[in-house]
Amino acid sequence: MNRMTRDQMAARVAQDIPEGAYVNLGIGLPTKVANYLPQERDIFLQSENGLLGMGPAPAAGDEDWELINAGKQAVTLLAGGSFFHHADSFAMMRGGHLDICVLGAFQVSVHGDLANWHTGEPGAIPAVGGAMDLAIGAKQTFVMMDLLTKQGTSKLVDVCTYPLTGLGCVSRVYSDLAVFDVGPGGATVIEMVEGLTIEELCRLTGVRLAHAGETEAA
Amino acid sequence: MIDKSMRDAAAAVAEIQDGASVMIGGFGTAGMPDQLIDALIDRGVGDLTIINNNAGNGEAGVAALIREERVRKIICSFPRQSDSHHFDAAWRAGKIELELVPQGNLAARIQAAGAGLGAIFTPTGYGTELAQGKEVREIDGKHYVLEYPIRADFALIKAQQGDRWGNLVYRKTARNFGPIMAMAAATTIAQVGNIVELGSIDPEVVVTPGIFVQRVVEIASANTHALAA
Repeated sequence: MNRMTRDQMAARVAQDIPEGAYVNLGIGLPTKVANYLPQERDIFLQSENGLLGMGPAPAAGDEDWELINAGKQAVTLLAGGSFFHHADSFAMMRGGHLDICVLGAFQVSVHGDLANWHTGEPGAIPAVGGAMDLAIGAKQTFVMMDLLTKQGTSKLVDVCTYPLTGLGCVSRVYSDLAVFDVGPGGATVIEMVEGLTIEELCRLTGVRLAHAGETEAA
Repeated sequence: MIDKSMRDAAAAVAEIQDGASVMIGGFGTAGMPDQLIDALIDRGVGDLTIINNNAGNGEAGVAALIREERVRKIICSFPRQSDSHHFDAAWRAGKIELELVPQGNLAARIQAAGAGLGAIFTPTGYGTELAQGKEVREIDGKHYVLEYPIRADFALIKAQQGDRWGNLVYRKTARNFGPIMAMAAATTIAQVGNIVELGSIDPEVVVTPGIFVQRVVEIASANTHALAA
């Protein structure tokens, strides 16, 4: 079966980020999206620790450890960028000013519920960071994830079994096998990797999927 | 003449007693007031409640406070990191209490305390286990969770520049929680890279007005850029 690489997934997400968007890219896989944003578009990257207009990593040796991103990596600031305190930063999300955030996930439900902060396993130290604020605050929340776990279990589910991050907050899922819209009406397949059929995708995920532009497959 | 400047970090933290609640600025290592924390450790007080975004990185700052067993409870959003081994050990040994708060709620609750609000209704966390047992209200068709302000006896923060009246400007992402913690603590102690003459900070760029700051101490190394990650 064809699978998109992580870079192909990042490039695919980047296609859907329009000129002028204010965007927060979550820690981990979503940070790769920055590498594929078209140069000709003005896109404003926000990092929740207090900067807007985030640029790429500095050259080795030029790091300034008071200029970091939410993943605590050294970054740069583009011309026109700005700094602000934490309450303003999270007001950008909660107040509906941020257009898009891209997050990783353990599970997403067909109705857009998100589980991405805690496995809930006994002994695991819980840590939430800004995940809950980002998930429910941005106008659109995109998830980037492998569709299946290493054991072959679908991460797109009817109901999340991991602890929830937010209810009904995800609008789109970019996976290595297909792109889905999720929400109150359930999941719709927007596109699939070459060679994959809707029937096979239903079998792999075990959830009910509509196909954009076609009749629903059970 | 009002002069809030202190001769050194030890003098700046001299009023902090056992059992105090202490906000500590910083996100990771950026904005962490390491020298004030070192002075607090040297002072020997314990049973502290610490409010910080994290639960310590590596060996310095909040991690050192935990290592020295001075912290009874920590209120933070993200305690689990690759180099948070002192918190991990203390938590697994049952020696530290954790109140986990989503980062934006942490900021909003601190800001609410500084602004004198009795509580806030926040959409963050609704429907999750972090909202269990809390009052929920539907306002204009959207669900909100009741959360109470977080205030503290002291705030330890780091800024780039200050003056003897306590006006502060920050440096890059080291600003983070500094301005809101300064407002939420009864006594705010700022370590600054340098103390300048009154009037030399442009009033248009003052981020924290001196009314929110009670002590300022100059620590030259605070401007060091090459801090370890």
